[in-house]
Amino acid sequence: MLQQARHSDTAVLAEDLVKEFGNKRAVNGVSLQVPTGSIYGILGPNGAGKTTTIRMLLGIIDPSSGRRTLLGRSAPLDAAREVGYLPEERGLYPAMTAREAIAFMGALRGLPLREGRRRAERMLTERGLVDWIKRPIRTLSKGMAQTVQLLGTLVHDPKLIVLDEPFSGLDAINQEKLEAQIRERADAGATILFSTHVIAHAERLCERIAIIAGGTVAFEGAVDEARGKLRPIVQLTTRTEAGPWQSAIPPGARRSGRGWTFELPEGGPEPLLKALIDGGAGIETLSIERPGLHDAFVAIAGESAVRDMDLGGAPE
Amino acid sequence: MNLPRTLEAALVIGRRDFTATVASRTFLFFLLGPLFPILFGGLFGSLGANIASQAERATVVVLGSPADTARLTAARDQIAGAVDQQSLPRLRAVAPERDIPSQIAALLASPDRPVVAVLQTPFERPRLTGKVRRGDGLTRELALVIATAHTGGSLPELDVHSIAQSSGSTASARAMTAHAGQALLFLLTLLLAGMLLSQLIEEKSNKAIEVLAAAAPVDAIFLGKLFAMLCVSLVGILVWGICAAGAVLLLSHGNLSALPAPALGWPGFLLMALVYFCFGYLLIGGVFLGIGAQASTVREVQTLSMPITMSQLMVFALSSTAAADPGSPGGLAAAVFPLSSPYAMLARAAEDERWWPHLLAIGWQILWLTLILRLAAAVFRRSVLKSGPRRRWFGLGRAKAA
Repeated sequence: MLQQARHSDTAVLAEDLVKEFGNKRAVNGVSLQVPTGSIYGILGPNGAGKTTTIRMLLGIIDPSSGRRTLLGRSAPLDAAREVGYLPEERGLYPAMTAREAIAFMGALRGLPLREGRRRAERMLTERGLVDWIKRPIRTLSKGMAQTVQLLGTLVHDPKLIVLDEPFSGLDAINQEKLEAQIRERADAGATILFSTHVIAHAERLCERIAIIAGGTVAFEGAVDEARGKLRPIVQLTTRTEAGPWQSAIPPGARRSGRGWTFELPEGGPEPLLKALIDGGAGIETLSIERPGLHDAFVAIAGESAVRDMDLGGAPE
Repeated sequence: MNLPRTLEAALVIGRRDFTATVASRTFLFFLLGPLFPILFGGLFGSLGANIASQAERATVVVLGSPADTARLTAARDQIAGAVDQQSLPRLRAVAPERDIPSQIAALLASPDRPVVAVLQTPFERPRLTGKVRRGDGLTRELALVIATAHTGGSLPELDVHSIAQSSGSTASARAMTAHAGQALLFLLTLLLAGMLLSQLIEEKSNKAIEVLAAAAPVDAIFLGKLFAMLCVSLVGILVWGICAAGAVLLLSHGNLSALPAPALGWPGFLLMALVYFCFGYLLIGGVFLGIGAQASTVREVQTLSMPITMSQLMVFALSSTAAADPGSPGGLAAAVFPLSSPYAMLARAAEDERWWPHLLAIGWQILWLTLILRLAAAVFRRSVLKSGPRRRWFGLGRAKAA
């Protein structure tokens, strides 16, 4: 009963998951909670343990310790028919046609083959890919094959869609298309869980994120909550070089000529503005910006983790 | 995941593997495969035998009068018609010259037309010169030829009464069927179980295994692949069987009664052959899949295949003893040992008329098949995705997470 109640609002739950390969601990106590109907991102540099975590959540591999539930089931494969999964390393049979590949992936999840073929034709036609229907996978480009695999992930209308590095290998246009598809599925009520090492995608798509670094969760919560861990940034340019107004500038501010960059002081913008005006700073420009996810990621995961991250949304 | 869903997933995976294999162009080569060894074996076998017989059959020069030479040649041909003529020496007539010792020395030393020995008549005092010894095979054969030529006697006519079968001919024919059935079963199992390994490597290399493992239990993947290849094998056997039946009908001119019938009769024997093939294939296939899951490249597969193939040869050798003498300790051991049991029992089906040993053997093989499939699936699961709890064998020690 309790599990059913939790399932209604939690699609994926991980509690202290640990995975060891020999003497190496790849995942070290990951806990996360993916709300039903949300877009949830697992963010982290390469080798952080994102894929291993996803594999454990889906039941592809068993955790060394810890608990997981998927759509309310403690045995993840029991929920397999309601889950769609796009692995990081795309796997398709080269001799299969695009239609058969999509239908086969649906059949693995309980969709009758005939219905799978019908849906595959419709999906490919809707995307203007009618010529691909009977083409073998081996004749398709990498991007095309990736699209076919994504359609195979979605063909059975899963309630939970798990995408491991879905933007990897796509050009900018296809990345945009994929973002739109993710939003469309979320609007239709599906829960989306995806991993990425591209901060921009997570920032644009996710409501909640987990930041994983070194096999542990450094942060888990709403994107705004992550940003909220940092104070807003003030960018100030003054007409005067010095004056009593300088007492309003907090210690640690960065100066470049008559330009200043610093965190908004505890009191907020009003006392700062008053001190600057009263102190005769001669404000030329002033902006107060909320920190981005990138800044939050740096603050949470550390500079070393950021070095392995892709900050933009550019194709890899 | 419950059993019906596991079986349903196994069916989906098996259907894909079966369709992908049978619908591929390479399947035609697979079907044609067994023709090549038969064709080339026959061609090169007869060619080689001919060359060997030409090279190895001894030539003896006959130095004597034309009459003696003619009688010797006639006697030689008469004997050759009754026994294996390959073993008899060839005779070449040469007219005697004045200096006989020099002529003999020249004949034995001639590199152009090599001879083993020179035979001099008359028949009362024949003399043989050459690299021969008293009482060896050639000497005795020549003695028989000379005796036949000397007496000029023809072979007596036997009053022959024919019957369809005798105990000796039936046992011999059944033993031949047993050996042939075993060899065929072994070859098919070896060939088809090897294909499973290739399939698994393809799956691992194109990363499709993760898509499968995320949607279905590893047991379903294992069963799907195993039974798909079993169905592929049965298609192959059906095609080869039809071709073989056609060839037999053609060669026997439609007279199937000429074929040596196995102890259980042809329908019973063929049914048992099918059943034992399925068991033999599933047992070996299960072992192959379990071991093949350890390999990640074709090279590793080849390295792993060698000890497996050698072990299979040992299993085949063990089951061959069962064909030679099913009641011997070796024969019984072959029938009991699970991996050789299908071959040993097929031989028994050719030689023994009783059905109950087969029912017993089938029960025994089902038990072992269940055990081996469970074990192989566990190995497959643990190694194919590097997953699953690591346990000490036979429950010794504490279970340890992997």
